[in-house]
Amino acid sequence: MPTILKNVSKEYAQGKKVLDNVSAEIKTGEFFVIVGPSGCGKSTLLRMIAGLTEISDGTIKIEDRVVNDLPPKDRNLTMVFQSYALFPFLSVWDNVAFGLKARQNDAAKIKERVDNALKMVNLEEFSDRKPRELSGGQRQRVALARAVASDAKICLMDEPLSNLDAQLRIKMHQEIYALQRKLGLTLIYVTHDQVEAMTMADHIMVLNDSKIQQVGTPTEIYNHPANEFVASFFGVPPINLMNAKKVSENIALVNKDFEVELAQTIEEENFRIGIRPNQLQVNKADELHANATIKAVEFLGDEKIVHTEMNHGGVISVIVASEAVFDPFESIEITCDDSSKALLFDLDGNNITETQGVAYNA
Amino acid sequence: MLKTPATSEVASEKKSVSKKKFVFRLNANDKYFSMFFLGPSLLLLGLFVFYPLFKTLYISMFLTDTFGNTTVFTGLQNYVNLISSADFMNSLFVTLIYVLAVTVLTITMGLLLANLASKKLPGIGIFRTLYSMTMGVSVAVAAIFWLFMFNPSTGFFALVSNALKLTPINWLTDPKNAMLAVIITTVWMNLGFTFLILLGSIESVPRSLYEAAEVEGASSSRQFFKITLPMISPTLFFVSTITIIDAFKSFGLIDLITKGGPTNATNMLVYRIYKDAFYSGNYAKSSTEAIILTVIIAFFTLIQFKFLEKKVNY
Repeated sequence: MPTILKNVSKEYAQGKKVLDNVSAEIKTGEFFVIVGPSGCGKSTLLRMIAGLTEISDGTIKIEDRVVNDLPPKDRNLTMVFQSYALFPFLSVWDNVAFGLKARQNDAAKIKERVDNALKMVNLEEFSDRKPRELSGGQRQRVALARAVASDAKICLMDEPLSNLDAQLRIKMHQEIYALQRKLGLTLIYVTHDQVEAMTMADHIMVLNDSKIQQVGTPTEIYNHPANEFVASFFGVPPINLMNAKKVSENIALVNKDFEVELAQTIEEENFRIGIRPNQLQVNKADELHANATIKAVEFLGDEKIVHTEMNHGGVISVIVASEAVFDPFESIEITCDDSSKALLFDLDGNNITETQGVAYNA
Repeated sequence: MLKTPATSEVASEKKSVSKKKFVFRLNANDKYFSMFFLGPSLLLLGLFVFYPLFKTLYISMFLTDTFGNTTVFTGLQNYVNLISSADFMNSLFVTLIYVLAVTVLTITMGLLLANLASKKLPGIGIFRTLYSMTMGVSVAVAAIFWLFMFNPSTGFFALVSNALKLTPINWLTDPKNAMLAVIITTVWMNLGFTFLILLGSIESVPRSLYEAAEVEGASSSRQFFKITLPMISPTLFFVSTITIIDAFKSFGLIDLITKGGPTNATNMLVYRIYKDAFYSGNYAKSSTEAIILTVIIAFFTLIQFKFLEKKVNY
């Protein structure tokens, strides 16, 4: 049975809307990521599903039950907090057993489930330790074990990895993903990190300004973003968004600096175009042909990112091979040889790219 | 750009060279070095704590005249006399009862109020202010206020029992009730401070712990006993130590409310020390009692640190 959010809103006393008319369906057993910049309401939404924050409007249904007025403990779910919320005075084992004890399970069942959960996160040897004697990653695993030990089939995670360093985070991505698949958990995961969202999710919900921007699979969201916000939120370095002007039926002048041949005809006189950094080319050019100047070059190993300033204003990033030699302050010419993947937006930021048979739900 | 670090290095080198000339060097290994820091507090402590303490110990081994001058050395005779005196043992006994009752009542009531006031309810700020108000009340004011309350003809309790057609309780004249009256007053006085400290401690428990517990299905009473209590145990430990020591040293309220009476029912150690010294002029006896009280308080403090601290640290 899916979890269904219908027209969910959250409004605080001062009339400030934190969430506006959010609807979505989260299928059983899927990895659902809610992503957005800080302050977009994503944590509030998760807390509303958990029952820790009241719902102002709309309904939340979990497994065919409207849970709007149910206390958290009756919603049959578990939650992993950003701060881990471990009890500092309890051992790892007792931390994991806390919920099972609170729900009055018999001792044998508690022992089995806790031992099992600790084994699953590779913490059996640490069961007698106190949380303060563990590293950040281990604490995170205790929090995971607590979620695993519970009977609940729905697990909510609120930025669980944001306190870990980059390498550990990647490792934990894989562990969480593997756990979710193994246990068939319905996982609702909140993050501000687009990489986390892309790598783990079955479906992503993008939130901004308290509204849903798009819900879709990672591929849909990356290739067919509903609007400029979604396009710029996913991808590193972010997509280059520029003003464009119609020159002829399928030729556009981008930022007054270079022309692009489009894969479709356009009606709008003025519009916006989004080209990912790896779809652009940079060539050294003399003063006459140059349309940009290099500001900085970042070396990433396999590739370099060239940050340039266009002659008519605006900053563009281009990915080039790491062997290419470019220096700051060089004059260059930026071109787009294959613009079939360029994204077009109207002046309000909505995607107007024609898609060939690929549907995306906005 | 590249030159900056080099020049700054040179500059800092120059600086350190020029500094060396003027700085009066204090060597941390120097024998007298630590005295600079310890000196002032040692002086003050010595003058106002250690000297009186040792002087009291000294006097307790002598007989004294009415001016407090030592006359005949008696060794431990003063102590033997005291311990064999039923009167003193009574004081010791009532003090222990008083300390026990005051500590238990102060902590449980303070905890109860603090837990209530930590809930997010409308108008809770008013209650927080009310509950912590006794912190601003002086002992004299509290004593007079409660004397009015206990007054057998016009007091609040008398009025209530009259209205309910009950026999009024003789709060301050009945030996059994006098102790209760003093305990009530002390607990009332203590409550403000205890409440405030415990409230602060309860509020500093991370919200997410309760939220996690709520999601995991823990009832609110379970949350109190399994989260709040262990999380604030260091503060509880601190507050109980303070309360016990304070109760042992209780003087003002007793002097103002019962004067140790009736029939020595509330004649606590400190009040006794005061009376023996300044009413009877028996400085040797009162010094001996003071030393015994010091030993008792030190003993309790030691026990608390030895046994409780291990349990409350996480």
